[in-house]
Amino acid sequence: MIVSMTLELKDIPGQLVLALAPISELHGNIMSVVHQHDEKTPRGTIPVQITFEIEHKVLNKLIDRLEKSGVGVARVGEERLRSTVSVILIGHIVHSDMGDTIDRIDSTGFAEVVDMSLSMPAIEKTSSSYLVINAVGEKELSIALDILREVAHKKDLLMIEPIRQNSEAA
Amino acid sequence: MKTVRISIIGFGAVGQGVARSILAKREDLNKQGIDLQVVGISDSKGSEINAGGINLKSALERKKNKGTVAKGKENALDIIRDVEHNIVVEATPTNIENGEPGLGNMFAAFEAGRHVVTSNKGPLALRFKELKEAAEDNGLYFRYEATVGGAVPIFNLIHEALAGNTVIGIEGILNGTTNYILTRMAEERMPYELVLKEAQELGIAEADPTYDVEGIDSACKLVIIANSVFGQDATYRDVEVTGITKITPEALELANKNNYVVKLVCEARGNGLTVAPRLVPKRHPLAVGGTLNVASILTDLAGRITISGKGAGSIETASSILSDILFIARNS
Ligand SMILES: NC(=O)c1ccc[n+]([C@@H]2O[C@H](COP(=O)([O-])OP(=O)(O)OC[C@H]3O[C@@H](n4cnc5c(N)ncnc54)[C@H](OP(=O)(O)O)[C@@H]3O)[C@@H](O)[C@H]2O)c1
Repeated sequence: MIVSMTLELKDIPGQLVLALAPISELHGNIMSVVHQHDEKTPRGTIPVQITFEIEHKVLNKLIDRLEKSGVGVARVGEERLRSTVSVILIGHIVHSDMGDTIDRIDSTGFAEVVDMSLSMPAIEKTSSSYLVINAVGEKELSIALDILREVAHKKDLLMIEPIRQNSEAA
Repeated sequence: MKTVRISIIGFGAVGQGVARSILAKREDLNKQGIDLQVVGISDSKGSEINAGGINLKSALERKKNKGTVAKGKENALDIIRDVEHNIVVEATPTNIENGEPGLGNMFAAFEAGRHVVTSNKGPLALRFKELKEAAEDNGLYFRYEATVGGAVPIFNLIHEALAGNTVIGIEGILNGTTNYILTRMAEERMPYELVLKEAQELGIAEADPTYDVEGIDSACKLVIIANSVFGQDATYRDVEVTGITKITPEALELANKNNYVVKLVCEARGNGLTVAPRLVPKRHPLAVGGTLNVASILTDLAGRITISGKGAGSIETASSILSDILFIARNS
C-alpha cells in the first residue's frame, strides 16, 4: 500500500534520519519527503510529509517504532492510486519483455499495472496487448507512461495512447 | 445585381463540383443579388476563356466527353494574369514537395489583385505565412475552408462564429480514408491489408495510399489549422506523425472490449502538433465512424464545440468553396 504520513520532528539535528530509518528497516519504499524547516507547529515541532510504499501488515509496527524514538505521528492516510490510463501496444511482444516492463512500472512504487491482456494470433505474428496503469497522481502516471514509451521505442512497438480528455476550459 | 467573376483552375472532382454547384444555385444566388460568372477554366491540357461567362453545362460535358475543358492553349497563369476577374478558385492537385502548380497560381493571383479560394493543401502546408501576407499586402481575401475537413466548416466556425474566443486546443479526425479503414477493421475484424484493398476498390483509398495511411495528409491539414488558428509558421515537417499501417484487428478488438475505438487523431495544442492513432472512448464526440471527419475545438469562452461531416467528395468540397466565394462576394 502507499501511505502518506505527517510526522512532527523535534527541532534538533538528526531527527529526519531518525524518522526515515524505521521505514527502510521495515522494507518501505520512500517516494517523497516534504520538509518545511521554517514552518513550526504550536508545539515547536517541525511537520514533515512523507509518502512511501509499505506492506500493510507492518504499518502499526512502524508507527510504534516512530513514536518510541520520539517522532510524533500526526496523521496517517492511505494514498489511493488515483490516476489511470489505458494503453495498447502492438508489435513483436515477448512475454518476458512484458513481465520486465510491468516490473519496472510496479517497482516505481507510485504506479502499477493493474490489468493486462495479450492477444497473439500466431507465433511469429504481430501481437497486441492492452494495459491499464494506475498511479498516485497525474505526474506519476506520466512518468509511468514515459517508461512504457521508452520500452515501446526500444522494442519497436506501436504504442496507442488515449486522447487527452481531462483538459476542459478554464 | 452584383456580378462576381471567377476562374476555376483545376477541373477535376473539385473544380467540376464547383461548376455544378454554381449551376444548381444560380437562381438562388440571383435572388440574393449575386451573379457568379465563370470567365476562365483550366485543366492540365489548356483552358476555356469567355469574358462574358462560360456556359458551365457545356464545359462539364466537354470535359466528360473529351477529357479536357480546353478550347485554347492558354494555361492557368494566362487566365490568372490576363483575364479580368475577382476570384481565383485554385483546385489543382496537392503537391507537398514544392506546392506547385498551386503555389505559383496563388502568388500570381494576389499579384494580379485577385482573391483566392482554394481546396489545395500543398501550398498552405508549405508556405502559409507568405501566402497570407501576400493577400494582406494587396488587400485581398485568402480563403481555404475546403483544404481541411471537406464540407466541415472548421475555419468559418473558428474565425467567424467563435470570434472573440481564444482557442486552447483542437483535436480531430481529418482523413476519411484512414477513418474508413479503422472503422471497417474494427467492425469486420479484418486485417489492415484486406480492408485497404476493399477501400481501394471502392475508390475511398488511392492506388498509392501512402499519404493517407502514413498520416501525411492529416499532418498537412493539422499544419494549416495550426497556422490559421494559432498564427504559427509551421510546415508539415514540424508534425510528429505516426500512421495506421501497424494496427491489428486484435488491437481494435481489445480496445472495443474496453469501450474504446482507435482513431487517427490530429492534435494541436500550444506548440505541439501530433498525428497518431489514439484510443477514443466510444461515447466521445470524436468517435465518428466511416469516412466522416470531425473537429473538436476547445475554447476559453464557449468551452468545447465539436462538428463533424463529410471530409471529401466533389460536391461536398465544393460546398466549402462556394461558401468562401460568397463570403468574398458579400464582403468586397
Ligand atoms: N476530391 C476531394 O474530395 C478533395 C477534398 C478536399 C480537398 N481536395 C483538394 O482539392 C484539389 C483538387 O482535388 P481533385 O480531387 O479535384 O483532384 P483531381 O480530380 O485530380 O483534379 C485536379 C485537376 O487539376 C488539373 N491540373 C493539374 N495540373 C494542372 C495545371 N498545371 N494547370 C491547370 N490545371 C491542372 C487536372 O487536370 P486534368 O483534368 O487535365 O488532369 C485536374 O483537372 C487537390 O489539391 C485536393 O487535395 C480534394
